[in-house]
Amino acid sequence: MYIMAIPGLAYLVVNNYLPMFGLVIAFKKLDFRLGIWDSPWAGLQNFSFLFRTKDAFIITRNTILYNAAFIVVGTVLAIAIAILLNEIRSRLASRLYQSILLIPYLMSWVVVGYLAFAFLSSDTGYLNKALLRPLGLQEVSWYMEKKYWPFILILVNQWKNIGFTMVVYLASIVGINKEYFEAARIDGAGKWKQVRYITLPLLKPTVITLTLLNIGRIFYSDFGLFYQVPRNSGMLYDVTRTIDVYVYNALMKNTDYAMASAASFYQSVVGFVLIIGANLVIRKVNRENALF
Amino acid sequence: MYTRQDKIAERIAHVVLALASALALLPFLLLVMASFTDNSVAVVEGYRFFPKKYSLEAYAYILQEWTTIGRAYGVTIFVTVAGTAVSLCISSMLAYVLSRRDLPGGRILNFLVVFTMLFNGGIVSSYFLYTNVFHIKNTIFALLVPGLLMGAFNLVLMRNYFTTNIPEALTEAARIDGASEWTAFARVVMPLSMPILATIGLMTAIGYWNDWTNGLYYLDDRNGSHLYSIQNVLNRMNENISFLANNSSQMGGVMQTGNLPTTTMRMAIAVVGILPILAAYPFFQKYFVKGIIIGSVKG
Repeated sequence: MYIMAIPGLAYLVVNNYLPMFGLVIAFKKLDFRLGIWDSPWAGLQNFSFLFRTKDAFIITRNTILYNAAFIVVGTVLAIAIAILLNEIRSRLASRLYQSILLIPYLMSWVVVGYLAFAFLSSDTGYLNKALLRPLGLQEVSWYMEKKYWPFILILVNQWKNIGFTMVVYLASIVGINKEYFEAARIDGAGKWKQVRYITLPLLKPTVITLTLLNIGRIFYSDFGLFYQVPRNSGMLYDVTRTIDVYVYNALMKNTDYAMASAASFYQSVVGFVLIIGANLVIRKVNRENALF
Repeated sequence: MYTRQDKIAERIAHVVLALASALALLPFLLLVMASFTDNSVAVVEGYRFFPKKYSLEAYAYILQEWTTIGRAYGVTIFVTVAGTAVSLCISSMLAYVLSRRDLPGGRILNFLVVFTMLFNGGIVSSYFLYTNVFHIKNTIFALLVPGLLMGAFNLVLMRNYFTTNIPEALTEAARIDGASEWTAFARVVMPLSMPILATIGLMTAIGYWNDWTNGLYYLDDRNGSHLYSIQNVLNRMNENISFLANNSSQMGGVMQTGNLPTTTMRMAIAVVGILPILAAYPFFQKYFVKGIIIGSVKG
């Protein structure tokens, strides 16, 4: 019986548990030739290097603020679309809308990077050449101008993920007992009142659970979004660099192992605390949905 | 009962949803039109929904480079099929063990699985382990193993499915009839679990198909470019549009970097990259939606 568990457990050890011990790299002065264990200890030096830079603050701020914006905008939009989709009586039409809205979610971030480039490229992008120039407006070097990126990233993220979130909420709405609506109608409640006093209140548990789950992951960003869509442009780092992008660049581009390991450790530990915290709250609200 | 107000609400819904659908599709339309644009026109007037002059030159160039792209598709298909198959095997076996309530040590096993959802070692230590200890850099395992093979989340979904849909009496009866644990698992549990296996298998397959980060971390141009999946090729072309040409001249190809229709080629390569998954989408759409729903609120 236990034999059946062995391949899976072996993978968990290799992929999940050994890297946890590997976190000690953050306290080492890593020398690739010596390997992880034989490299000399560095104490807290890596961390003091990291937190002395202003990067530490910027990447933390970006990661948290973007996630917060995604949670708020995503929830509102997704619920609105789900409620509208629920009004469609034709099953065919409703399936069609749902399928189309999910197509972006099916794409990899690399592909989304290309799609964004078709609009944003400064030499040949649609925005510059087909909209701004004919209107006689100043063309924009999109990949160099920081101020537009918070909006671009939120927009692209919604474009890709709205279908996913919408489907989740739609499943909840479809699950609401039709009799509630019938009763409200007999009492003379209009559409808006039905949404306001039946749909939204009954969606509350789902909203709370999903939001808490997202808050638990607020220290992790979608690497693909923040790496592919801004094309890892250095000019934009102030507003596009999240912890995950920082770690990637430190590890692979600058081979700055001290910074990479310190930032990665920071993310793991704070992320752990947040997930545990969020789960404790979820357990209070809705035990079934807690991870543990 | 279908009132006047329902009718108005439905009309509004149609308008908004049609608009939203158009917004979802518009970028793809621009991509496709751009890929069919004449390169010299595209350089001047940019990517347009209705270009002045159409051309197939970008696709002609891509066709010339079919060795690299065809190879990348081979890698993607192999990794997707092999990864999904292995993933379903080891996940379902472990999930089955986790689902057995009578098993000594079951609580510890369950905890070990759930804990990986709460805490992780991060990419830096994973990277050093996989490159320095397991030496998977520039091997096919680089695309198969890290992260994607088995996730605690899918294990929990499968375990819940087993506990709620497969009565323990059933496997017990099989064992009383003389079946071994393995036979009971393969002949009784698996056939009854096809819905969850199909759903999780599909989500895993999409994960493999779309993955580009493993290639980014564990493959490099010099020693690993022969293992690039289609996503990795797209990613490299995004960084350096002449990647395809350089790569092919390295492999003895003939392509000249100078006269490439780079502006439209960029778009054509992306079209080639997304075509297969779009073509397959109508067939797996139903399971895809199901996968999202069971994944979102756990079981």
